[in-house]
Amino acid sequence: MKRAKGNVGVRLIGVVAALLVGAAQAQTAQTTIKMASLSPLSGPQSDVGTQISNGARLAVNEYQGQFAKLGLNLSLQPYDDQADPTTGTAAARKIIADSSILALVGPLNSGVAIPVSVALAPSHVALVSPSATANVLTERGLKNTNRIVPRDDAQGPAGADFMLSKLKAKKVYMLNDKTAYGEGLAGEVEKALRAKGVQIVGSEGTEEKSNFGSIIQKISLSKPDVIYFGGVYSQVGVFAKQLREKGITIPLVGGDAYDSADLLSIAGAGANNIYFTTIVAPASEVPAAKPLAALYQKTFGKPIQGFGIFGYDAAKVVLQGMLDAARSGKASGQAPTRAQVENAIRRVRATGLMSGTVQFNSVGDRRAARMYIMKVNQGKVRLETTLDVKAPRP
Amino acid sequence: MDLSTLGPFLVGVITSGLVLGFVYAIIALGYTMVYGVLQLINFAHSEVFVTGAVVGFEIFRVLEPSPMNGYLKLLIALIAAMVASGMLNVIIERLAYRPLRNAPRLVPLITAIGVSLILQDVIRIIEGFQGRFDLTYKLPPAFNTNFCGADSSCEALGTALTKVGISLQIKEVIVVAVSLLSLALLNYLVNSTKLGRAIRAVAQDRVTAGLMGIDSNRIIALTFLIGGALGGISGVLFGMKFGTINAYSGFDPGIIAFTAAVLGGIGSIPGAVLGGLVLGVIQNLIGVTNVLGSILNIANLQAIDASYQRIGAFLVLVLILIFKPTGLLGRSNTEKV
Repeated sequence: MKRAKGNVGVRLIGVVAALLVGAAQAQTAQTTIKMASLSPLSGPQSDVGTQISNGARLAVNEYQGQFAKLGLNLSLQPYDDQADPTTGTAAARKIIADSSILALVGPLNSGVAIPVSVALAPSHVALVSPSATANVLTERGLKNTNRIVPRDDAQGPAGADFMLSKLKAKKVYMLNDKTAYGEGLAGEVEKALRAKGVQIVGSEGTEEKSNFGSIIQKISLSKPDVIYFGGVYSQVGVFAKQLREKGITIPLVGGDAYDSADLLSIAGAGANNIYFTTIVAPASEVPAAKPLAALYQKTFGKPIQGFGIFGYDAAKVVLQGMLDAARSGKASGQAPTRAQVENAIRRVRATGLMSGTVQFNSVGDRRAARMYIMKVNQGKVRLETTLDVKAPRP
Repeated sequence: MDLSTLGPFLVGVITSGLVLGFVYAIIALGYTMVYGVLQLINFAHSEVFVTGAVVGFEIFRVLEPSPMNGYLKLLIALIAAMVASGMLNVIIERLAYRPLRNAPRLVPLITAIGVSLILQDVIRIIEGFQGRFDLTYKLPPAFNTNFCGADSSCEALGTALTKVGISLQIKEVIVVAVSLLSLALLNYLVNSTKLGRAIRAVAQDRVTAGLMGIDSNRIIALTFLIGGALGGISGVLFGMKFGTINAYSGFDPGIIAFTAAVLGGIGSIPGAVLGGLVLGVIQNLIGVTNVLGSILNIANLQAIDASYQRIGAFLVLVLILIFKPTGLLGRSNTEKV
């Protein structure tokens, strides 16, 4: 008996072991699905681009458990677009070729997002941009294209409103960086300012990265009381430095692409009296983002910035859509199709994000977004005021 | 708008164009000297220039907390940049150009572009390891003050200069002074020393120079050393003047300086300087054409805004190539250096 009993015990152990092995096999046999991120990881805009892919990684870590319950093994696949449309489109082709990628967070820039969305559309790879603001991005009505930020036509009037009401601007000098982003934004601001009867004393674009001498000469000649520069921090920082060195201290206003710690270091002593409209305030100004900021610091050893929070939010919208699609009548371990994810993202209702609730309208614009106006002074970025923005159509 | 405002405005535009032009001129010398001895456009020169700018940045960064005299820091930065860029240029010549000395002309040209691309990313990776991309010069505070500004011993001169439209910062005066000094030294080196004579001989006819007992490989290496050192100087000056550089900053000034060298007559040293100055001024003048247009009430000119600034350089290049293909100071049988 004793022997027999011992035998049973051994058998039991064997059965349990076999079950464990089986379970482990089931674990490894899970279907792999991926979310891609596309942002500049090298080049002049790599600072904010890396924030987006890092934010997306934190969101993926958070959702992995929920996907595992559905028998899906979720991972992030970051791609680099170098803020360049050609590189971005090449990355889009790689994304299409990898059938385990269901959807995409990014791109950072409108100029990249526009061709990338066209390239991805026939393959039904949905994208949620955390930052592209050009109107045309969603105006084309592509089913796969969404964004969680207000559009230029909201950011422009907000900047113009601010210049009129708070800075009491009467004469404004307009500059842009000749990209789809900067020219689009500056165009909207100029339109809104002209409608209010503000005098535009100069309006031009420049691709120059170092030599702003002649522009500054013109500014000191035309004596505006505010300068609006639709551009990116790396260019605007150099401009601000040279502007202040020539003794011009009037306010410099711009859009969300100023939102980088590098603006302060590049502009140096010139980082004074600069305002910018943006869609996510720095972590210090968003109480809800405190735990996220701590997690980001711990994971990547760097402080989170506005675009990191943004990348995180956009990734959560994508992942919520993927989760909704995976849950709708699928057997465990069966991945949803790209088209199902595309539909689910457009219909998604993502709550509890750093920037509030995300729902998209018929063309992929966010129904209710918020705009922040930040002030850079004496090496510090502070929240100046906020504005609520509604999507321009249902 | 009357003459009393237009005059100082134009003077200011031209002055800042000249300061810019000096930086272009020093870069252009690097192109023109190498072309002189090898008939090769050293496209990697823009990265040699950036290397100098990066070395200068590092020196100023490391020395920032030290109470050392600002001009001494500048001297150290310039020398370090000259050594680094000069050595880099010699290594490039040894590894990328010398093995192709007898290959068709197109081959080293393609290699040059390849070296340029490699160097860009090497610089980016090296600085990237330290978490940096855009490098902002940390200059001694005195360099950023106005030349002969308020409370200085020459305040009267400063006020007079401002009245005619010249308002310079100390660092811009340094840019001009260092450029002039380098030009004077180079002029002495090329025209009054044995080495200079050897360089000119190799430039004229490498084979014959060899028969006269000149080690042409050594002379070519020395030319790359001098050209690279000039690139290093211009890198530091560029970084000082504009404040921020990164691994890809070399392309724009590089291509403009190359244009300047062609404009002045490639292979000619005075030509490179003239070309640089002319392009600096033209660029700035094109940048303000719309203002001039609105003052003079010429609608067509008003459309030419700052976005045409870069096109201007190449427009000049096209015109010069059509009407005087040898450049402003080039002769068809120019004595190349």
